[in-house]
Amino acid sequence: MSAVIVSNLRKVFGPIVAVDGVSFEVQEGSIFGFLGPNGAGKTTTINILCTLLKPTSGEAFICGYNCLREPEEVRRCIGIVFQDMTLDKDLTAYENLLYHAMLYNVDRRKRRQRVDEALRFVGLYDRRDDLVKRFSGGMKRRLEVARAVVHQPKVLFLDEPTLGLDPQSRTNLWEFIRRLPEEQGVTVFMTTHYMEEAEVCDRIAIIDRGRIIAEGSPEELKKTVGGDLLYLKTRDNLQAAERLSTGLGLQATLRGDEVMVEVPRGETCLPDVIRLLGDDVISVRLQRPTLNDVFLKLTGKKIREETPDEKDTFKEAVRAYRRRFDRT
Amino acid sequence: MIELRAVYVITARELKKLLRERTRLLSTIARPVIWLAFVGVGLSRLVPTGGDITYLQFFFPGVVAMTILFSAIFSAISIIWDKEFGYMKEILVAPVSRSSISIGKAVSGSVVSTAQATVVLLLFPFVGLHLQVGQVLLAVALSGLLSFCLASLGILIATFYESFESFSIIMNFIVMPMFFLSGAMYPIKQLPPLLAAMARMNPLTYGVDALKNVLLPGTDVMMSADFPLLTDILVLSFLSLLFLFMSTESFKRRI
Repeated sequence: MSAVIVSNLRKVFGPIVAVDGVSFEVQEGSIFGFLGPNGAGKTTTINILCTLLKPTSGEAFICGYNCLREPEEVRRCIGIVFQDMTLDKDLTAYENLLYHAMLYNVDRRKRRQRVDEALRFVGLYDRRDDLVKRFSGGMKRRLEVARAVVHQPKVLFLDEPTLGLDPQSRTNLWEFIRRLPEEQGVTVFMTTHYMEEAEVCDRIAIIDRGRIIAEGSPEELKKTVGGDLLYLKTRDNLQAAERLSTGLGLQATLRGDEVMVEVPRGETCLPDVIRLLGDDVISVRLQRPTLNDVFLKLTGKKIREETPDEKDTFKEAVRAYRRRFDRT
Repeated sequence: MIELRAVYVITARELKKLLRERTRLLSTIARPVIWLAFVGVGLSRLVPTGGDITYLQFFFPGVVAMTILFSAIFSAISIIWDKEFGYMKEILVAPVSRSSISIGKAVSGSVVSTAQATVVLLLFPFVGLHLQVGQVLLAVALSGLLSFCLASLGILIATFYESFESFSIIMNFIVMPMFFLSGAMYPIKQLPPLLAAMARMNPLTYGVDALKNVLLPGTDVMMSADFPLLTDILVLSFLSLLFLFMSTESFKRRI
């Protein structure tokens, strides 16, 4: 069963095409990652799915409900963690979640229990009566995740959930996200521009300039780049490269003071290579392709190459346009 | 459709925060006290009222109305801030109708501003007024009506502005003129025809007038209220419904 179905979605802000004919499906109970640089159209897509924005054309369904024509039904079955913080800093953690439960019409008798459970899930139960403004960035994020699952949504949207967090909080948050499908029974739809984080996803769509340029599991995507890379330091690199190509038929090139060999499967090739070169080998390292390499191969640029200025300019342009014309 | 739970949540949140922030509560009382003490007392020495009340007493209902004006309009205008950065997004994606969000904002704004007006009203002994309990209660009720009317107007205004830079525009071109031309500082029956006509189109005029009717009964014709109390109540009620309808429609369409 597909929890989310999107077909031919398009959103235009004046001269800017934010989302350009995007289609995908998200399987129930899975973690789906929407991956791309800033300004690729990720947040616009999420806003359309969350019924905050009307698409220029195309359709989107969540749990079988049409995002455009049945927004109230859609809102009932989703939970969202926005990119910007949307907690009320002047309320306590508990109050933030309790008001949320009321807004989502959680049964009066189960409200307290659900709130407590959600707080325990993210490890903030002990801090429930503290004002949110006393929380660290990581704790606020975790609290937002807890709030988003209080009403037991079927689909949970996470828009750049780790943006602006320190490495430790990021790792911490990922632990919670990884457990979500099983423990909270939700389908997770998340966006990120940190390629390494997308590894937890069951399925990934890579988006650039409003278009999906690749889709698959992390493994499948990484295979498209080619095999693993072996880097060898030997006593005589030139000679080693020659022996590798004649002896094993491998493509070997010199890279700095190392020999780089592209192999289909690193673990099984490594013993053969060592056997062939014997004592000449000084050191070996095995490098697997990352999703960064996938993005690099597909677009010819690194995902975080753009400057913050570009991102802000783009966002400002969209905002200015929405201010004038688009008030849906 | 209107979900009462949304109205309740939005109002409960505002009230909880107001009670928690003592400084905010204190600062809302500071403005009216400053106006009473620095403007009211000063002008009292200069302006002969030619009747049985001092200028300070004449000014008192206007200051209560001013408290409501600032509080109601600016609590509604927080929508602009909320929708760009914060909590409004959380409410907008909840399964509640746009109408209940806008009505919830109007109700919460008016509850908060009625509470503040009540605190200012209780300063009446300091300006030398002698009020009965009934008068105070009626004045609180009228403050509630005026608050609801102005909070709804505030939401209508907020839906037309996108950024917080518009704050000063709203302040200088809507709030201040509304206050000066409301009969708070001088009786509008003495105004030249053009200004008097403008004052009659100002919703705040009827709020100030209603409070004058209740707080300054039996004053000489010159300084007394300009309209009968019933007229004030009818106009305020009509405007409340009109602004509520317009703001709800505008909120649905624009936010």
